[in-house]
Amino acid sequence: MKRFVLRRLGYAALTLVLLSLTIFLLVRVTGDPTVLLVEPGASRADIDALRHDLGLDRSYFVQYVSFAKDIVKGDFGRSFYYRTPVLELYLSRLPNSLLLAAAAMAFSLLIGIPSGIIAAVRVNSWWDSAGKIFSLLGLSMPSFWVGLLLILFFSVYLGWLPSSGSGSAWHVLMPAFALGWYFAAAHMRLTRSSMLEVLGSEYVKLARLKGLPEALVISKHAFKNALIPVMTLAGINLVLMVNVAIVVETVFAWPGIGRLIYEGISFRDFPVVQATVLMNGAMVIVVSLVVDILYAVVDPRIRYER
Amino acid sequence: MSVSTAAPSPAPAVGLPWISRLAAIRTEGFPTIPIVILLVLVFTAAFAEFIAPHNPEVGSLSQRFKPPAWVAGGSAQHWLGTDHIGRDVLSRLIFGARVSMIVGFTAVIFAGVLGTALGILSGYFGGWVDQVIMRITDTWLALPALTFAIFLAAIVGPSEWNIVIILGAVYWTRYARVIRGEVLSIKERDFVRLAIVAGCSKTKIMRQHVLPNVLNSAIVLATLMLGVVIVTEAALSFLGVGVPPPKPAWGLMLADGKKGLMAGYWWLTVFPGVCIVLMVLSANLLGDWLRVKLDPQLRQL
Amino acid sequence: MTDQPLLELDKLSTHFVTARGTRVVKAVDEVSLTLRAGETLGVVGESGSGKTTLALSIMRLLPTAARIVGGGLRFAGEDLLAKSPSEMRHIRGKRIAMILQDPMASLNPLFTVGDQVAEPVRVHEHTGRRGARERARSLLKAVKIPAPEQRLREYPHQMSGGMRQRIVGAIAMSCEPRVLIADEPTTSLDVTIQAQYLKLLRDLQKEHGLALIFITHNLGIVARMCDSVAVMYAGRVIEAGPVRTIFNAPVHPYTQALIESIPRLGDGPSRLTAIDGQPPDLASLPPGCSFQPRCPRAFDRCREEAPGAITITPGHEARCWLAAK
Repeated sequence: MKRFVLRRLGYAALTLVLLSLTIFLLVRVTGDPTVLLVEPGASRADIDALRHDLGLDRSYFVQYVSFAKDIVKGDFGRSFYYRTPVLELYLSRLPNSLLLAAAAMAFSLLIGIPSGIIAAVRVNSWWDSAGKIFSLLGLSMPSFWVGLLLILFFSVYLGWLPSSGSGSAWHVLMPAFALGWYFAAAHMRLTRSSMLEVLGSEYVKLARLKGLPEALVISKHAFKNALIPVMTLAGINLVLMVNVAIVVETVFAWPGIGRLIYEGISFRDFPVVQATVLMNGAMVIVVSLVVDILYAVVDPRIRYER
Repeated sequence: MSVSTAAPSPAPAVGLPWISRLAAIRTEGFPTIPIVILLVLVFTAAFAEFIAPHNPEVGSLSQRFKPPAWVAGGSAQHWLGTDHIGRDVLSRLIFGARVSMIVGFTAVIFAGVLGTALGILSGYFGGWVDQVIMRITDTWLALPALTFAIFLAAIVGPSEWNIVIILGAVYWTRYARVIRGEVLSIKERDFVRLAIVAGCSKTKIMRQHVLPNVLNSAIVLATLMLGVVIVTEAALSFLGVGVPPPKPAWGLMLADGKKGLMAGYWWLTVFPGVCIVLMVLSANLLGDWLRVKLDPQLRQL
Repeated sequence: MTDQPLLELDKLSTHFVTARGTRVVKAVDEVSLTLRAGETLGVVGESGSGKTTLALSIMRLLPTAARIVGGGLRFAGEDLLAKSPSEMRHIRGKRIAMILQDPMASLNPLFTVGDQVAEPVRVHEHTGRRGARERARSLLKAVKIPAPEQRLREYPHQMSGGMRQRIVGAIAMSCEPRVLIADEPTTSLDVTIQAQYLKLLRDLQKEHGLALIFITHNLGIVARMCDSVAVMYAGRVIEAGPVRTIFNAPVHPYTQALIESIPRLGDGPSRLTAIDGQPPDLASLPPGCSFQPRCPRAFDRCREEAPGAITITPGHEARCWLAAK
């Protein structure tokens, strides 16, 4: 188990380095980086000073090293708009996004997994058909549109829920729903097919042959096995949620890092954009690592891999 | 549980000409509705000039925020209402179909070609070529697509063609991964080994033997990716880094629509969204059906 | 041991019907069998002959598309077909047990061996956790698994194929059933392990007075293990009787061909005989006897009328017109 964790850690670290390298190169290679990294309306002198600061005349390797050093120190530059270090800004917004993501993921699992199980156990019934429609719609409706519709319905027409900002549980409801909706459908679909596959397996057959009550067969033998692919997907989806959160947070003016990126591109605040992208990528890598390890905890076969 | 029928199952058809396989598809479960919807959308996009009642980019301020025809205050002039500059919603939707189709299809094809090519090279050659390509793929995949797309759009600036390139650059990795996996298993198959023994050049083998067999997966992936790409493009436009105004993109219309949302101008939000949903739904259904028909092994996609 | 048969099948038929009712597959067609305590019955046939469906029919654990459409099924004098699902559940695993072919697939990879062996005991006999664990340990010992205490905590993937099959055997024996159905238990084992496993089964049988139904396509095993044998083809029992009789004087051409096709040491290369043709599609059986298209000795009557069970000597029956001559 320890070796497994170490291997995954090493791999994650490598990907992190490659990620920073990619971002670094992309900025340098696609044109003059000073255009991006300097404030709009800066003078010639400012631009030259920046050019010198960044050491753009030096080799890529040297530039990258100083870039990497800065990152490790936590220096991502300053936001043009907010005039504070970007890292500070990011960290202050991060908890909001985590809260939203947690709520949305919880929602998607609480709705997705049980409905998937019911659809599988009562395959081809009314439940199953309803489930199929739900999953089709869920997978085809863009989250931000769901968010807009929710606002239209619950804020404008019914006036029940606040349409923007954060601060109370009421504020979280709609954004979490909008963000989690797509994933609820995806989880439902996978739970259903995974459950169906497990229900047809030999060990479930043997469990029935042992004379175990059907409820036990499903809740013990089928459930845990069926859940494995769903967990993997949930882990991957946690990562995708970071994405989708950008638009959902924008729709609801939820003060998280998604909205931060939006502000960054609206205000042409490139340091913010670059840092957020880098941090998001890093978060993804870390989350994948954690999910991999969790996976090994649940499935004993993985632990004993070389 | 398999039926204990004793009929021997036919051997998997390897290297069957793609066309005759397509002909064999014409059985029950044919997704007529999705295909009809997609054809309507393609038709609308192609003949937008002839179908749209108004100019989508020009509006008259005296006609702003008019509701759809069947609501009080609406008129037959603007069936689906007007937006905040007085532009006709229906016309914008129709031209928007063109934008979505072009961007969607081109991006998917671009990503597909690039991803398939790299996947084949990676899978077939193995060794350091494989390692390099796979490391890049992993890194790319670590960055969620939308975030990456926004980043690239921030760097190179938004325009219709930039979006296509960006989307292609972001999504090729999905193909590469899957195709590589397929190639790895195809490599071990006998007909490839025979070709090697017969002395065929590597390019010839890849072109004639490997490519046709991965084409199925590539096509299924393409249809599934179409929905994703369209939603991403809509999201990018919504955020302001996609197709730039005044071109009518559905995502842009949603962004504009948000301005009128709190005032209750629902038609500006509902209709563009419905169009997106229709397109994505059809693409997804078609992709699902193709997946089942062309290669049941791809269930896990 | 009373002389009353423990398990009786009387013209049992199980059909699969496709969802739209168009295809009917007669997976099991009027099968009659008797089994007494302490007896071993071998059920032989090619894949698709209906052996597994027969076993599942006895356990009344058929997939949704399949149904028992006719005939009688009695166990220890009780009519199994009249049992409710809950009553059947109490019989399964407790009074009639079954072993499946692939031990790796039969065991749940996420639960320990101990958990899975103790499970039937906990469910059927309502034993507490500790008592069940003790039982599991002694069961593992009974199937000759070394270091049973340690094995209880391990997972299926950590064991060899032979050990896994023994564990499956332990599970089956856990509640001391009267009948054990073994569906090709040695097919996925190495040859050297097979012999050990068969010996284990025989020992268990002697100890507990088990009635054993041994499903296999391997006649060699039948010759060693079984008292009587039933040969299945296309869902029907085409010949049945004591092992000696069937091996020495088979009547049905299919049985003869099966026995001939066992390679024996000392035979020249020309001796390897095969049976021409393919097993039939169970949804569209040929008219008359289902074997006649492949039968070297078929004549007119075979093509017209399907033969019923004809007694050759008491206990030896065959569905073949040759027997009627």
